[in-house]
Amino acid sequence: MKLNVWLNGKKMQDEIEPGMMLLDYVRQKGCYSVKCGCETSNCGLCTVWLDEKPVLSCTVPAARVEGRRITTLEGLQEEAAEFGGFLADEGGEQCGFCSPGFIMNVLAMVRELDDPTEEEILEYLSGNLCRCSGYMSQLRAIKAFLAYKKGEHAV
Amino acid sequence: MTYVNQPVRKKDAMALVTGQPVFMDDIAPKECLIVKLLRSPHAHAWIRSIKTDIAMKVPGIECILTYKDVPQKRFTLAGQTYPEPSPYDRLILDPHLRFVGDPVAIVAGQTEEAVDRAMKVIKVEYDILEPILDLRNAKDNEILIHPEENWIANCPVGADNQRNLCASGDQIEGDIEAVLADCDVVVEETYHTKANQQAMMETFRTYTYLDTYQRLNVISSTQITFHVRRILSNALGIPKSQIRVVKPRIGGGFGAKQTAVSEVYPAIVTMKTKKPAKIIFSRYESQIASSPRHEMEITVRIGANKEGKIRAIDLYTLSNTGAYGEHGPTTVGLSGHKSIPLYGKTEAFRFHYDVVYTNTMSAGAYRGYGATQGIFALESAVNELADKLNMDPVYLREINMVQQGQRMPAYYNELLQSSALDRCMARVKKMMNWDEKFPCRDMGNGKVRGVGVAMAMQGSGISNVDVGSVTIKVNDDGFYAMTIGAADMGTGCDTTLAQIAADCLNCDLDNIIVYGSDTDVSPYDSGSYASSTAYITGGAVVKACDSLKKRILKEGSRLLQLPEEELDFDGSYIVSLHNPDKKITLKDLANESLHTTNNALQVTESNYSQTSPPPFMVGMAEVEVDTETGAIEIIDYAAAVDCGTPLNPNLARVQTEGGLAQGIGMALYEDIIYNEKGQNLTNSFMQYKIPCRQDVGKIRVELESSYEPTGPFGAKSIGEVVINTPSPAIAHAVYNAVKVRVRELPITPEKLLKEMGKFA
Amino acid sequence: MLKIKNYVMPTTMEEAYELNKKASSRILGGCGWIKMSKNPIGTAIDLSALGLDQIEEKEDCFVIGAMVSLRQLECHEGLNQMTQGAIRECVRHIVGVQFRNCATVGGSIFGRFGFSDVLTCFLALDTEVELYPSGRISLSEFVCQPKNREILTHIIIKKEPCEIVYLSQRNSATDFPVLACAVAWRNGRMMASVGARPMRAKVVVDETQLIQDYANEKECEQFAEMAAETLCFQSNMRASAEYRNYITKVLIKRACRIMAQRRNEQ
Repeated sequence: MKLNVWLNGKKMQDEIEPGMMLLDYVRQKGCYSVKCGCETSNCGLCTVWLDEKPVLSCTVPAARVEGRRITTLEGLQEEAAEFGGFLADEGGEQCGFCSPGFIMNVLAMVRELDDPTEEEILEYLSGNLCRCSGYMSQLRAIKAFLAYKKGEHAV
Repeated sequence: MTYVNQPVRKKDAMALVTGQPVFMDDIAPKECLIVKLLRSPHAHAWIRSIKTDIAMKVPGIECILTYKDVPQKRFTLAGQTYPEPSPYDRLILDPHLRFVGDPVAIVAGQTEEAVDRAMKVIKVEYDILEPILDLRNAKDNEILIHPEENWIANCPVGADNQRNLCASGDQIEGDIEAVLADCDVVVEETYHTKANQQAMMETFRTYTYLDTYQRLNVISSTQITFHVRRILSNALGIPKSQIRVVKPRIGGGFGAKQTAVSEVYPAIVTMKTKKPAKIIFSRYESQIASSPRHEMEITVRIGANKEGKIRAIDLYTLSNTGAYGEHGPTTVGLSGHKSIPLYGKTEAFRFHYDVVYTNTMSAGAYRGYGATQGIFALESAVNELADKLNMDPVYLREINMVQQGQRMPAYYNELLQSSALDRCMARVKKMMNWDEKFPCRDMGNGKVRGVGVAMAMQGSGISNVDVGSVTIKVNDDGFYAMTIGAADMGTGCDTTLAQIAADCLNCDLDNIIVYGSDTDVSPYDSGSYASSTAYITGGAVVKACDSLKKRILKEGSRLLQLPEEELDFDGSYIVSLHNPDKKITLKDLANESLHTTNNALQVTESNYSQTSPPPFMVGMAEVEVDTETGAIEIIDYAAAVDCGTPLNPNLARVQTEGGLAQGIGMALYEDIIYNEKGQNLTNSFMQYKIPCRQDVGKIRVELESSYEPTGPFGAKSIGEVVINTPSPAIAHAVYNAVKVRVRELPITPEKLLKEMGKFA
Repeated sequence: MLKIKNYVMPTTMEEAYELNKKASSRILGGCGWIKMSKNPIGTAIDLSALGLDQIEEKEDCFVIGAMVSLRQLECHEGLNQMTQGAIRECVRHIVGVQFRNCATVGGSIFGRFGFSDVLTCFLALDTEVELYPSGRISLSEFVCQPKNREILTHIIIKKEPCEIVYLSQRNSATDFPVLACAVAWRNGRMMASVGARPMRAKVVVDETQLIQDYANEKECEQFAEMAAETLCFQSNMRASAEYRNYITKVLIKRACRIMAQRRNEQ
């Protein structure tokens, strides 16, 4: 079947299998930042934005996104590097396999929540599993990033 | 030290955080055949017949292999140094199936769809056998898991396949029975740790192809490129010279990828079809047919006098290696060798063990590698001992812990040259405010907070076994290229090893590029496991840099027409010690060395160690138990680690935090569960929960350095020791909160309530 | 790999219903579960184009479209105000925000899953479901019906004075519940909806009014005992039947205590 979507701001038209999941579609289109970590919608590695909302691309049928806007980390390189720098300064990326999905959700959180508390941060990101870091360095990076963003806006 | 001990960013950090395509499935060619495995639905069975003719007719299918199509020489998948201690008990495909998930057929086709279709129509008839699922029933059971005649144990590890024994042993020093009989207080208890999954985010995966020279190229997510080369050579019956193994970025390993779980399957497909092939394990497969932690049941007898002096420790470990013996003979050793020495030189000790085969998935290497299990048992027993002595468990440890300068009879009689264990204890005691919080505080509303403590150790590489090698060369314009055989699996060794090199060569960190690991290019390294990379390969970096400096001086001597002894190299200049005007920059020297020289500016050095200096750690947990529901919440986990000199404090800290979080999962809910048919029920992240960020509470880590004289810049290891304290410390904290001893992991709310007598 | 032959996004309910008559057809919800099923789907019916992704507040009820995401429920002010945050509480442990942006309320309710937090919570409220074409029935009636080819289009929660507390017990923060429990005081009567036993939620109503005043711990205890006795429990790998039985009593009593505390605070 035909699929028309906006992928990272570019209009795409493709022929897809009706059962194809969005994860496989975006990887097929070269968005390799999007990873698969499980088959049960539990890990958050495949997080992309569907019209600015973070979703699990493994759980969304590609056909469902007809006409809609998909964003992957490939479309957010500057922001990824900006927040990613804070993560890197903590050594928190470690193996990096979960980093893209995690960063997609951090950037979604920053858009959605105004000045989130620690509890809100933990809850918003609870669907992003990481086996390397123990999460503390990620939290430090987020707090440093939020403080930096606040300072930036204050100026 | 400009870079060592500095929190520099990992060299690959920005590529990773911006999601660059650097992992195996990002770089595998699109035309790879898709390889999948048809797996046994039975825990124990023989294939009576297998029919693949219909499946072969599915369009797009290239190759279907059964046990009839594979070499008949047995091998092991364990990534260990030659001669491997793990028994040769595997075939690529075997008609004798030994666990639910054991491969029955290898199917390769052009699309996943075709392969899925073909798998459905392979007809297999099984003769179902009774399985052994309980490790306690395995030894000398009449059901034999490896009755085959070509089963081989390469090393004298006390193995006997006619008794379902993968290994056994007994080590005694002193008259253990007499000393125990003479002790004022003796604790004897049995502790049970379960199999756990490493659950690294990137599942097992490999792709293979034949190169220009028709050699088998293997690109795999592995910690052990060189061992994989040997394993494939053994498994496929082809010379090692025909195999090249390369690892790209790895999405975590934790020991799982110290076993060649996925490599043989696409490799044999490529050998048969001459086509590129890839296998990506699903999470399901990674959960049911991989290389988890060995389940162990450990009985501890520990005796002390009234004053709390620990006089004797007797530890018996029964370890479950599962269907195959990968890492079976070696992990068990650490359950004693890396627990008993925490208490230095007792008057007597005994460590004995059996490792048994069962019809569960083969166990393997998981961070801690047996030490984790042994330390849960011994540290729990020490906490029980403190209780019996009516003594503060911290004090009991303070008066018994091993001290720098002591010999450790239970640790190959090694001399302890560096230890900050005492300082770790003092530090964590303060962080936790132990004196105020021990043993518990009633928070009202049925909630009680308890604190618990545990110590831990590990090694730094395998003494007299592990080898790390490093090649460094000077390139045009004077930048260095360092090639390693160790595998950065996210831990950051590409960076930490470059930090060492930059300090040795007194240059900018960016002036050192790192490449690894590729068996065609890298110098030999046993691989990244056994907490070896910082210590063993780090030592090789220091040696290689020293040798390279000599080469640079030699070249300087040629160009400046001065004797080598009169020259110094400060990182930028080769300069005369007598006349500072006589000098040449490294850049000029490097460019000059591109012509008319006989002196290659490239060296390789290897490093092994006769000792394996233990890193130490103290962990204290504060938990809140809901006495009405049994729910356990981690409030705070304070820890201090002695890893010698932390090469990169950021990376050392994150390693520690990560290990603690894994340990928290192990303590509280991670548990591989089989039903009575041997089917694994914890076969996904939905059913096998690893901690999420809401589960780990507050983890606080301090680095309490010692200086290890045999290590590079004083460094010891960090990677494994960090997982060893949570289980005993949390069990202890829970006990202090509600007076329930949980000796079988995980510590579930239900176990607590039941022991509290809340329900029958 | 999910196998779908035709993927259709109907623009009328009638079209969707006609397509769904075939046994091989499936209505897609959030697709969290359906993608794991091994059975191939003939026609996958995606209700995304039917405007069912809205929560509408009316004078006497909230009308929730079947395609509303769990995240929308979580963030909806009116619903959470009416339920004193119980709706938010019942979904916030479910995997993560990204999952809840995918999962739909229609899928959660139609699936009648044993572990469902949402079903447990909604059963404690005055809830109806709108089916196409047959119309409205109560949720409690719906969950007992065998599955048929009708399409769940809306969930209607009546606005009525109600005090409700949602509690769940989990072995880890985002795991399935070991027990899910919604306790509601409606029309001067207590009721408890208990799910993840591990079977689907069931409601126990305090018909004999054991609880006259939920601040009375004795009365609450009696009701909790009665509820635990009325319900049946089973064991699975997360917990035993005995533990679930015990926890049911604890959570019901705890919910009553929270209600009393809330009243005191007001």
